[in-house]
Amino acid sequence: MKEDFRTAVLMLTVLTGLTGVAYPLAVTAVAQLVFPSQSGGGLVVRGGEALGSSLIGQPFREPRYFWGRPSATSPTPYNAGASAGSNLGPLNPALRQNVRARIDEVRGGDPSVGRIPVDLVTASGSGLDPHISPEAAEVQVPRVAKARGKSEDEVRRLVARHVEGRQFGLLGEPRVNVLLLNLALDEATPTP
Amino acid sequence: MTLNALLQIAMYLAVLGLCVRPLGLFMARVHEGRIPLGMGFLRPVERLIYRVCRVDATVEMDWRRYAWALLWFSFVGILVVHAVQRLQGVLPWNPEGLPAVSSDSSINTAVSFVTNTNWQGYSGETTMSYLTQSVALTVQNFVSAAAGMAVLVALVRGFVRRTAGTIGNFWVDLTRSVVYILLPLSAILALALVSQGVVQTFAASREVRLLEAAAGPDGAAATQRIAVGPAASQVAIKQLGTNGGGFFNVNSAHPLENPTPLSNFLQVLAILLIPAALCLTFGEMVGDRRQGWALLAAMSVLFVAMLALTVAAESRGNPVLDALGVSPTGGNMEGKEVRFGAANSALWAVATTAASNGSVNAMHDSFNPLGGLAAMWLMQLGEVVFGGVGSGLYGMLAFALVAVFLAGLMVGRTPEYLGKKIGAFEMKMASLVILLPCAMVLVGTAFAVMLPQGKAGVFNPGPHGFSEVLYALSSASNNNGSAFAGLGANTPFYNGLLGLAMLVGRFGVMIPILAIAGSLAAKKSVPVGPGTLPTHTPLFVFLLVSVVVAVGALSFFPALALGPIVEQLLLPS
Repeated sequence: MKEDFRTAVLMLTVLTGLTGVAYPLAVTAVAQLVFPSQSGGGLVVRGGEALGSSLIGQPFREPRYFWGRPSATSPTPYNAGASAGSNLGPLNPALRQNVRARIDEVRGGDPSVGRIPVDLVTASGSGLDPHISPEAAEVQVPRVAKARGKSEDEVRRLVARHVEGRQFGLLGEPRVNVLLLNLALDEATPTP
Repeated sequence: MTLNALLQIAMYLAVLGLCVRPLGLFMARVHEGRIPLGMGFLRPVERLIYRVCRVDATVEMDWRRYAWALLWFSFVGILVVHAVQRLQGVLPWNPEGLPAVSSDSSINTAVSFVTNTNWQGYSGETTMSYLTQSVALTVQNFVSAAAGMAVLVALVRGFVRRTAGTIGNFWVDLTRSVVYILLPLSAILALALVSQGVVQTFAASREVRLLEAAAGPDGAAATQRIAVGPAASQVAIKQLGTNGGGFFNVNSAHPLENPTPLSNFLQVLAILLIPAALCLTFGEMVGDRRQGWALLAAMSVLFVAMLALTVAAESRGNPVLDALGVSPTGGNMEGKEVRFGAANSALWAVATTAASNGSVNAMHDSFNPLGGLAAMWLMQLGEVVFGGVGSGLYGMLAFALVAVFLAGLMVGRTPEYLGKKIGAFEMKMASLVILLPCAMVLVGTAFAVMLPQGKAGVFNPGPHGFSEVLYALSSASNNNGSAFAGLGANTPFYNGLLGLAMLVGRFGVMIPILAIAGSLAAKKSVPVGPGTLPTHTPLFVFLLVSVVVAVGALSFFPALALGPIVEQLLLPS
């Protein structure tokens, strides 16, 4: 039994070296060599400055930008240092209140919006969801076009270029990356 | 449910099905010591480990010694994981300067990772340094899975051997599981995940300026600090080893932990890969592959039934929100990510709770009541529908013993399984394996909802709050690790109670299983006669599924009625 204790200590030490030091370092080395951009968090770099990560959403609330998913992170939305979901149950009155307030906000930007795509008014799992559904982008087109003084068709064409389909036409759901779409909007129509 | 959802699920099941046989046979060769072709380059690593640890690989252990080796190894593991968390503030690889973890939280986390549960009362990116994530948590991701596989292999030897006193060498089984199976698969998966954007770096977090830079009236920050870290290497083994502990707080819902539908597919495939393939490993090692296919079939029946229920529940919107003018077509999206949608979130939830994995790609607390029920019940069945690496199959084998025992009672014959007579001792041990986690769930939940410290953690009002507590105890006692995460569980009360539940669910099952292994190994093999119940037929699969469902339903229906069932009845239609 005493012998087994000694073996346990040795075994954990050796396996720690193998799986806790050598393995993560080796994976890091190969990853940074082969996938330098992906392994670093998918930073969007323009003119030498990191403008964010293409995988991490940012908060948008001005009418001239497309809005992303509501975020439940604290103390501020889209806090990429502390991911969180709302964890509100389906019958929680707070969920109903939050969603009603968000619907009012969407309609406040454009009273003509009909039924609201569910992803635009429900908090994402991570609080950092970079995407919205194409439907959620479509209902925002009139508001964004008006705020930027552009035609809806122009904005709609830009959205269409940013719709990512299902991976291999099969996996996941169609989606629009909000940060990349808004960056493209700013490039197409520089605002003061 | 859409056609695309059906296609995605069908493809998932098909790819999983294709992997089962080759991987299962591969693992059988590893554990029989016939190292498979192409893996010879790892032999020096294996030998070096034995030499450094002064292990004589030819010496075998009886079941008691095997159990002691396992217990010592787990005990040392708990001490080390605890110590690293307490000392991380003064140790390297801590670019964010995170301080020591509190003592009750770090003991809970140490127990959690050593027992292959990976319940997380803490939030990864704000609590654990890169050193803790790597040398404490990643290591236990590997070795706790390997220990589970070792105990399974020991049990299989109990069936295979005749009048033998030993069931193998724990150190050898542990080492081979890590070196030949878990490590190569993890390295491949980790790199595949990085290619999709899972972050893998030892650099500190990055601060970026927000595009909409002006701070809004609610004081929204003008910059965003993006937490990063060596995530891919840990995520790979967290899925393959049915561990499930996330690098970031929201686990695989985090875009840097699970960025694309393909990364999601690979991860959810990895969740069930080894537990499913071990059925074939078992069949191969006992010399009758049909036995393995039969167990896999029983697991699959339960899996597909719960999958159908969950996908249906989540693809339907929340009726409360529909009434406010929200379009129901997207499904129940609170707590879900757009890139996965309702179907992939439901598939993941069922896979992660069928296996004792416990990682999530959506917040289970916000699931519709029947979706949450399916997840909870799959855990309560004892994590035998695929279950954990090793632990799922040895749990299912305990149910198989009960099934042959019941069949024996019906016809008045001594029950036998795989040529071994099942006596009173095996039945007592199998009963412990099944009943101890059940009792821990129900008694623990009762305690928690009676005590003020237990009620204080509840987040959602009404029956959903009760579900949060029941879910936590179901998850810990069956070593799953997922949560209805609204529950404020990082308190001394819950850290203690759930820590105890995890220990009972791990060692209260492993030790009786090893006792069965020792007892069976010592027995003679009886020849198959006309009265022997064949255990590879659809009839036996049906019998086995019935036993699992009967035990699960009888034990948990009253508790479920107070939580998700009454909640479902309260939903407006």
